[in-house]
Amino acid sequence: MSKVRSHISQNEALLFERSSPGKKAYQLPALDVPEVDAAAVVGAENVRGEIEGFPEVSEVEAIRHFTRLSTWNYAIDHGMYPLGSCTMKYNPRINELVARIEGLAWAHPYQPETLAQGCMRVMERVENALLEITGMDAVTLQPAAGAHGELTGILLIRALLEKKGNPRKKILIPDSAHGTNPATAAIAGYAVENIRSSETGVLDVSALEQLVTEDVAALMVTNPNTLGVFEENIIHAAEILHNKGAMLYMDGANMNALVGIARPGDFGVDVMHLNLHKTFSTPHGGGGPGAGPVAVKKVLEPFLPLPRLKRLGKRLAWDYKRKNSIGRVRAFYGNFGVLVRALSYILAHGGPGLRNATLDAVLNANYIRKGLEPYYDLPYKSPNMHEVVFSDDRQATLGVRTGDLAKRLIDYGFHPYTVSFPLIVHGALMIEPTETESKRELDEFIEAMIAIAREVETDPQMVKNAPYGTRTSRVDEVAAARKPVLRWKPA
Amino acid sequence: MLEACGVGSAEELFAHLPEAVRLNRPLALEPGLSEYEIVDYFRARAAENANGYASFLGAGVYNHYRPVLVDTVVARGEFLTSYTPYQAEISQGTLTAIFEFQTMLCQLTGMDVANASMYDGSTAVPEAAMMAVRATGKGRVLVAKSLHPEYREVLRTYAKYQGMPVEEFGYLPEAGGIDFEDLERKMDGLTAAVIVQSPNFFGIVEQLKTAAGIAHRHGALLVVVFTEAVALGLLAPPTDADIVAGELQSFAISPSYGGPFAGIIATKEKLIRQVPGRLVGQTVDSKGNRAFCLTLATREQHIRREKATSNICTNQALIALMATVFMTVYGKQGLRELAAQNLAKAHYLAGQVQPRFTGGFFNEFVARAEGKSPDEINKALLKKKIVGGLPLGRFYPELADCMLLCATEMSRRGEMDAVAAAFGHAVTEVPEQPGAEVLA
Repeated sequence: MSKVRSHISQNEALLFERSSPGKKAYQLPALDVPEVDAAAVVGAENVRGEIEGFPEVSEVEAIRHFTRLSTWNYAIDHGMYPLGSCTMKYNPRINELVARIEGLAWAHPYQPETLAQGCMRVMERVENALLEITGMDAVTLQPAAGAHGELTGILLIRALLEKKGNPRKKILIPDSAHGTNPATAAIAGYAVENIRSSETGVLDVSALEQLVTEDVAALMVTNPNTLGVFEENIIHAAEILHNKGAMLYMDGANMNALVGIARPGDFGVDVMHLNLHKTFSTPHGGGGPGAGPVAVKKVLEPFLPLPRLKRLGKRLAWDYKRKNSIGRVRAFYGNFGVLVRALSYILAHGGPGLRNATLDAVLNANYIRKGLEPYYDLPYKSPNMHEVVFSDDRQATLGVRTGDLAKRLIDYGFHPYTVSFPLIVHGALMIEPTETESKRELDEFIEAMIAIAREVETDPQMVKNAPYGTRTSRVDEVAAARKPVLRWKPA
Repeated sequence: MLEACGVGSAEELFAHLPEAVRLNRPLALEPGLSEYEIVDYFRARAAENANGYASFLGAGVYNHYRPVLVDTVVARGEFLTSYTPYQAEISQGTLTAIFEFQTMLCQLTGMDVANASMYDGSTAVPEAAMMAVRATGKGRVLVAKSLHPEYREVLRTYAKYQGMPVEEFGYLPEAGGIDFEDLERKMDGLTAAVIVQSPNFFGIVEQLKTAAGIAHRHGALLVVVFTEAVALGLLAPPTDADIVAGELQSFAISPSYGGPFAGIIATKEKLIRQVPGRLVGQTVDSKGNRAFCLTLATREQHIRREKATSNICTNQALIALMATVFMTVYGKQGLRELAAQNLAKAHYLAGQVQPRFTGGFFNEFVARAEGKSPDEINKALLKKKIVGGLPLGRFYPELADCMLLCATEMSRRGEMDAVAAAFGHAVTEVPEQPGAEVLA
């Protein structure tokens, strides 16, 4: 275990347990206007009493509280975070700095357009860069995250088909898809029909041909798919769909395998979303914020959400007069602060740098594949791109499952890979290193995985009870769900 | 590494891609920039925005001071660069903070359960409507015209494609609060939810008990929306609601031209399994120590797929952490004092201009411009480096002669007097307060 050794970890109570009456961590300036009696202006019944249980701590207690909590997290800044499909790459700090520049961070969405040209120019530049990268014709930056982008994209398809007279009934989704895809289709009012993947782990084109009827609105496909395999028949699939008046939606979660190499707009995709918090390095922050721009072909452009950014000579303006638009999917213009960070990443890399990042991401994943193939079962042998999916087949014969292997990996100083996904691989270990890992970190990871494979053979029970080195041992998730305790209450 | 992979170059790893899909030219993007050049680029863009202006804009995005501790905490790589806390053993920091966030939102709203965040307030509204539809088995939604206009637009987009009829009820032309007669008239047995905002878009505090009475009598749920979270420090919690859907931007989240923000859904115990998005629950580890983990995942898309309560996946964890630190810094006493300052500032400003409505308001209100248009007033203010209020004609044609003004703890008395002057009113004499010169 070359990567870790133990160190002191501080205990910390919840804020509510730490509070003492009268303690405070804030200052407010003296009021320069007369005080107002709340009861007199809004009615006594509309004024609250004390906020029962709310924290009362000093400033140093507050900072220690959150600092102690932070040390209980694993993070990219600690080391490799090989979550497949999640693309946990390094988050450059320059992105954080520029997003906090006062003129950008304090821009109000309703300030006059003449005093918001800087924000609008940033957004225009993001739009142009994403169009060049995807090969699409138009893009909206409004959706707040990937799943929100999916919903926007499917609504666009629905709006176009409705305009043509029939919204149709079904969305086709491969069995390897992210769970958000079927959930999105359902929220957009479509039935979901699953397509089984072929033996090589890609879209089965002959099955697709059978399934595409006049009832099918679209196929939602992730490319490369969740096995990390490029959908080699994508152009043919697009033709099949287009011949029947259906559309091709691409989930761009894995776009980091394609940037600078291939463009969805060139291989038949009609609409796609991008996850700026994956491909474009904006921090995941423990689960958001993200941003999920949606790029489309010309035919879908009239339906994009309101408002649209419009250039009028030297000036930019918001265009609200678009009668075919699906409407708004979010208030204001999108997660602007995330767009700033993504643009910072794009500017830092430039065209050649972005392509190099793709090459490195794919090389890193293939290096891991070669290193681990002798020790773990590789169910699909097709060439993989930015991620590789093993199964726990060999270890399962000794009673050790992918979830156990993942927990043991924690003891070696790594975050686990993605566990049990995609669903088409029984007991999946889905590994994505990203381009930002060095050979040294990859070698340590491979060594750790090999060591665990050996431990399974000598002492499977030990692996099943991992982790051992964490301040919190195996957490009882079943108990949490059986009797949900979702908030603190005084004893 | 190339050798280990059996290739001569990384390009060879792409050899299996069909020729027809390849991009056979470099991306037409400029070469990479250095850190200095990137900062320079964004500074130049920032300089093209309003800089050094005072602002009286609210309307869903508020200028509140951001305590230093907020960025100190969220800049920590352990929070900033971690993923959604699926691996509980090495994510207790994020999980504990979210549990505290959920608890504080319950304390503030008077609800039993609050989720780990939504994208923002506007998208929390259709999620709340869909919850109500699932819970009641009915399909229709009634929404107050005094709910933020852009929130209503988002609701309509979501509703349209689900066949969820959305109808609006009005506000009282004099008082600015809900027109309860109109609501009562439009209620029927098919209505799943009545959606109101308080303080409403005009800043007015609504009578939620009456709204709840009408909704419940017809078997509908009451959804209460808030955009100004600071109001919760002073105003009675919306305990009459069945679902609370809100926006936390006021809690130390910079305006950032409209996002990222953090929304919230809070509700009563009985609706726990209808809640969209992530929930953190308390449990124990194998040694019996208290621990936290994501829970009730069987509601969610990665387990339930097309039967999930929502398609939401990534939400706003880091922004929710900002709000958590903000609530900790202000605490029990500070949040109330902060809210009281907002109330006082807005009422001082309202005393200088002419409020359009008679209803009691918190920190924003509608002002009628007499003799000039709202745009003319704003133009005059811009010359004094003040961004005035939001002209309302765009959203409410009947209020074309009005603007929505907001004052917060960051509004200075002198600037408020300048706004009054632009309206053409002489400043009403009010005695100076101690400490006023410190701010001057």
